[in-house]
Amino acid sequence: MTTLPTSTQKKLGLVIDLDTCVGCHACVISCKGWNTENYGAPLSDLDAYGGEPEGTFLNRVHTFEVTRDQAPPMVVHFPKSCLHCDNAPCVTVCPTGASYKRQEDGIVLVNESACIGCGLCAWACPYGAREMDGAEKVMKKCTLCVDRIYNENLPEEDREPACVRTCPAGARHFGDFADPESHVSKLSAARGGFDLMPEQGTQPVNKYLPPRGRDTLDVPDLASMCAPAAENATGFLGWLDRALDRI
Amino acid sequence: MHPAPSLILFTVLSGTGFGLLVWLGLGLSAPVGLAAFLMFGLGYGLAGAGLIAAAFHLGHPERALKAFTQWRSSWLSREAVLATATMAVLAPHAASSVFAAAPLPLFGWIGAALSLVTIFATAMIYTQIKAVPRWHHWSTPPVFVLSALAGGAMLAAQGTLALWLMLALAAAMVAHWIAGDRRFAQSGSTTGTATGLAGLGTVRLLEPPHSGRNYLLREMVHVIGRKHAQKLRLIALGLGAILPALLLLLPASYAVIALALLLHLTGMAAQRWLFFAEAEHVVGLYYGKR
Repeated sequence: MTTLPTSTQKKLGLVIDLDTCVGCHACVISCKGWNTENYGAPLSDLDAYGGEPEGTFLNRVHTFEVTRDQAPPMVVHFPKSCLHCDNAPCVTVCPTGASYKRQEDGIVLVNESACIGCGLCAWACPYGAREMDGAEKVMKKCTLCVDRIYNENLPEEDREPACVRTCPAGARHFGDFADPESHVSKLSAARGGFDLMPEQGTQPVNKYLPPRGRDTLDVPDLASMCAPAAENATGFLGWLDRALDRI
Repeated sequence: MHPAPSLILFTVLSGTGFGLLVWLGLGLSAPVGLAAFLMFGLGYGLAGAGLIAAAFHLGHPERALKAFTQWRSSWLSREAVLATATMAVLAPHAASSVFAAAPLPLFGWIGAALSLVTIFATAMIYTQIKAVPRWHHWSTPPVFVLSALAGGAMLAAQGTLALWLMLALAAAMVAHWIAGDRRFAQSGSTTGTATGLAGLGTVRLLEPPHSGRNYLLREMVHVIGRKHAQKLRLIALGLGAILPALLLLLPASYAVIALALLLHLTGMAAQRWLFFAEAEHVVGLYYGKR
């Protein structure tokens, strides 16, 4: 059913720490690796060895620059994947029932065998979290590694999304936001976790943590030290300049 | 948004077909015999051709029947159900008009109402999408409904009605453009809200996530095709509504109707191209493009 559940028992999701992310793209690669080999159709690459390679990814890292007033600019690496919204617009637009949000844990999934590849859910998502696979022609999206987090064949430490498991900086955290005592709930509360594009009314589950304030140093005005040399040289250099002009 | 030819064809052709079926159902034009065969054939043909064109847009058209299941929540599913219901309910009226020269008004009226709601449902598929602020506005459905009804009235040889509808369509298009040009700013979405970093300073994209293209950019960040937007608006307005309206003032003849129809469909194709090409999806904010 593509109607949304009124509430979910758990609210599984991610906390992404923009202060800690170093922009290494390891989460992008581990996500692609796991999700190509496991749940659903593989994430294809098109023209992989040609001039215009492109592929399907469920998680991508953008990098932004923040120009600040009276302070050096700040570079922020910004991983983005499905936010598993409580009010997910991608689910309700689906004509076939292929898109759904699970009542038990709030994960938004696509039943690929029911997907007609109309692409309307990707249009409805403000975050660009859904991509139509170029080879399979079905909609792909983050599953929150539903085939890892409940998988008893994996060692316990691996039962979290591949992106979280692989992050070398500890910038990604997985947990249940419905539980106020969970690691992610506490982390989000302590660090001022925020929603992306709250004005779109999607009520995302995933939270982002803002970059912490940077150290301030008493740096001299570097621009003034780069002032160009005087145009009218005097003394020996002035004589040399005039002499060379005359030759 | 990417102006896919299949979607432009679908919305223009099937819209005009369902518009014609509205007037045939209401009995404003009540042909019988061969004339009815041609008219209903045209209505069903255009509506059906549009739906087939839309099926080409699907990645898996073989599963299209599943699209009839989610009418409770999805406008796309509602449109599929309504389009089929319209064709089914109008069938007895059409068959009786053709073979028995006896229109069946009850089937006609219900079919006309369903047909009108089908056109509205098509418009709502786009209007519902909040992530495309230009579409997410009350001014979108009137353009779809009026262009369908105006084109349909012209096909049904309802000259006076078509004339007024063409003028209304012109007003609706202008309203949609004027409102649309302000919609993105009104949505409140900026690179600052998209990243949540607005409080720190001015945010701009430094590095995209990859050097190549991707599905999102191709489908939703289609920035080419807006270059001639103002000219195309004039073409859409002139060919789509004003010139057909002027032609409808002339004494009616097949040649005049055919020319007016050709101009109208060309104009509406230009309008529909712009409808997609000018629509900016908020996901572009993550790519430094709109």
